[in-house]
Amino acid sequence: MLKYIGKRLLMMIPVIIGVIFIIFTIMELTPGDPVMMILGEGAPMEAQEALREEMGLNNPFLVRFAQYVIGAFQGDLGTSYTSNLPVFDEIMSRMPYTLSLATFSICVAVIVGLPIGILSAIKQYSLTDNMTLAISLTITSMPAFFLAMLLMMIFCIKLGWLPMMGLSSPKHYILPVIASASSTTAALLRMTRTTMLEVIRQDYIRTAKAKGATPRGVTYGHALRNALLPVVTVIGTNFGFALGGSIVLEQVFTIPGLGQLMINAIRQKDTPIVMGAVMTTAIFASLINLLVDIIYTYIDPRLASQFTSVKRQVKKA
Amino acid sequence: MSEKLLEIKNLHVMYKTDEDDVYALNGIDLDLDKGETLGLVGETGAGKTTIALSILKLLPERTGFITQGEILFEGRDVVNMKEEEMRMLRGNDISMIFADPMSALNPLHTVGKQIAEVIELHNTGMSHGEIEKKVDEMMELVGIPAERKTEYPHQFSGGMRQRIVIAIALSCTPRLLLADEPTTALDVTIQAQVLKMMDDLKERLNTAMIMITHDLGVVAQICNKVAIIYAGEIVEYGKIEDIYEGERHHPYTVGLFGSIPDITSNAERLTPIDGLMPDPTKPIPGCRFADRCPSCMDICSRKSPGMVNFDGHQIKCFLYESGEEN
Repeated sequence: MLKYIGKRLLMMIPVIIGVIFIIFTIMELTPGDPVMMILGEGAPMEAQEALREEMGLNNPFLVRFAQYVIGAFQGDLGTSYTSNLPVFDEIMSRMPYTLSLATFSICVAVIVGLPIGILSAIKQYSLTDNMTLAISLTITSMPAFFLAMLLMMIFCIKLGWLPMMGLSSPKHYILPVIASASSTTAALLRMTRTTMLEVIRQDYIRTAKAKGATPRGVTYGHALRNALLPVVTVIGTNFGFALGGSIVLEQVFTIPGLGQLMINAIRQKDTPIVMGAVMTTAIFASLINLLVDIIYTYIDPRLASQFTSVKRQVKKA
Repeated sequence: MSEKLLEIKNLHVMYKTDEDDVYALNGIDLDLDKGETLGLVGETGAGKTTIALSILKLLPERTGFITQGEILFEGRDVVNMKEEEMRMLRGNDISMIFADPMSALNPLHTVGKQIAEVIELHNTGMSHGEIEKKVDEMMELVGIPAERKTEYPHQFSGGMRQRIVIAIALSCTPRLLLADEPTTALDVTIQAQVLKMMDDLKERLNTAMIMITHDLGVVAQICNKVAIIYAGEIVEYGKIEDIYEGERHHPYTVGLFGSIPDITSNAERLTPIDGLMPDPTKPIPGCRFADRCPSCMDICSRKSPGMVNFDGHQIKCFLYESGEEN
C-alpha cells in the first residue's frame, strides 16, 4: 500500500510539470508586458531593458520554463509583479479562507446530502422522495452566484441577520458555505439516491433480509457501503474543485481567497501568481484524487486485493 | 407422527407493474411435514421462486403482492404476520438458499462476517467467542477450512460461495429450508457434492426442505414429494414414486419427462414440449396448458380443471376427472 502511495505521489510530478507547461505557454501567448506593468507606461527604455534582463525575460521560452520548473521544485515560485511579495507567501495568506470555506461546504454537503439521499432511496416514490428530488433539481439548476445574491438579499439586506462581506467571524461563513455547499449537496444527494436504489435491488440485499436482518441493518450494514464508491468520487471531485477557490462566490462575498487572487492576477498579467495559484489547485486536485483512491480500497476489498496480489506474486517468485 | 410444518392454501400472488399485472401464482396448495423434502419442478417463469419468496414474505416491494390465500408455518399465519415477527422467523426457522451464489453474498464483507451475522441476529445472548466458534463449525460443516473466514467472496469459487450460502442458511438449524436451484449455477461434479452435503445435513438436523429445481434428476435424488408447477399452478402433486413410476400423469409431466434425453436411444433430436407458457398477464378461463397439450379436449379451453386425487397423488386435468369415479 505504501509503495502504491509513493508511486502515485511520484506520478504527480509529470502531471504538475504538464500543468505548468500549459499555463506557462498560455501566459506567454497572451498579450501584455510585465515590465510595462511594473514600471508603468512612460518608463525610460534603459530602465525597461535593465529590468527585462534582470527578470530573465530575454531568455528563450524553454530556458525560462526550465528555470521556473527547477525553481518551483525548490519551493521558489518567484515574486509577484504587482505586490513584490513572494508568490508562496501570497498564496499561503489566501489559502486559509479557501481551505476553510471548501472544507465547511463539503462537510455540510455530506452531512445533509448523504442522509437525505439514503432516505430518498429507501422511501422511493414517497412524498419525501418527490419533494427532495424537486428541491435538489431546483438547486442544481440554479447558478451559485444567483443563489448567493438571493441569500444576501434576504438575510443581509431584508432581515439584516448576517454580515455580507468577508470571512472574519463564524457568522460570516454561513452564507458562503450555504451557497457553495448547495450544488454539491444536490449532486451528492442524487448520486446517493441512485446508487442506493441500484444496490437495494441486489441479490445480497435479499440474502441479508432472508437472514432476518433489520431494515436498519440492511441499509447501513449492507447497502450503504456498497453504494459508497460513486458517492466518494463525487465528494472528492467537488472538494478538489472547491479547493481551487470559487472565483464567483469569492467575488460575490468579497472573500480574499485563492479564486480572487487568481482572477486579479490574470487581469494584471501577474504571471508568477497565476502559475502559483494554478499549480496549487493542481496539487490539491491530485492529492485528493489519491486520497479518494485510497479510500476506495478501504471500502471495497476487491480493489485492495489489487495491491496485495502484487505482493503475493513477488513472494512466489 | 406426521406433523404439518407448512401449509399453503389457495395462494395467489400478483406482480403489479406500471404496464401490466402479472398473475404469478394462481391458487397454490401445498403442505409439508417435518423432515420432509418437497421438490418444486417446472420451467423458468412458472412461479417456483415466487412460492419460496412468498413463504419468507420477501416478494419485491411495491410490485409483488399476495392477493389471496393463506400460508401457515407451524400453524402461524405468515401472510398477516407483523414484520418484526417475520424477521425472527427469517434465517432462524425458515431460511433460503438462493439460486445465484455469485451475487447472493455481499462483496464487501468477509464470508465469516456474513455467516456470523445470521447467528448474531438470532442468538442475542451469544458471546463473540461462541459466535466465532459456531462460524468455524459451520464452515467446516460445508467443507471449507475455517481459516478462510477472513476472506471475501471474490476470493472463492462459485461452488465454494454456494457452500457459504448454504452455511448461512443452516447456521441457525432452520426447520424449513427453501433451496432455490441450489445447484443450477454449479458444474456437475460440485453439484453432486453440494446435493450430498444437503442431504446429509437434512438427515442430521431433521430439516424440512423445499427444493426448487428444473432438474428432475436432482428431485429423484433427494425428494420425498414432488409438485409440478406450470404457469403458477400445481398441475401434479404426489409422492416421488407416484410421479416417477405412477401410471397416471398430467400431460405436462409426461412432456417434461419426455424431454429428458435418453442415453440408451440413438435419437438425434430432443423431444421438447412445443410452444411457450401462456402470457401470465392475462387470466385464462380454461386449462393453462391447453395450447400445448397433446391430449387437449374441447372442454379444456373453456373450463379450468379441478384437482383429481388418487390416494394423495393429485392431477389437475380433465383426462382424469371422470377417472376418479371409475
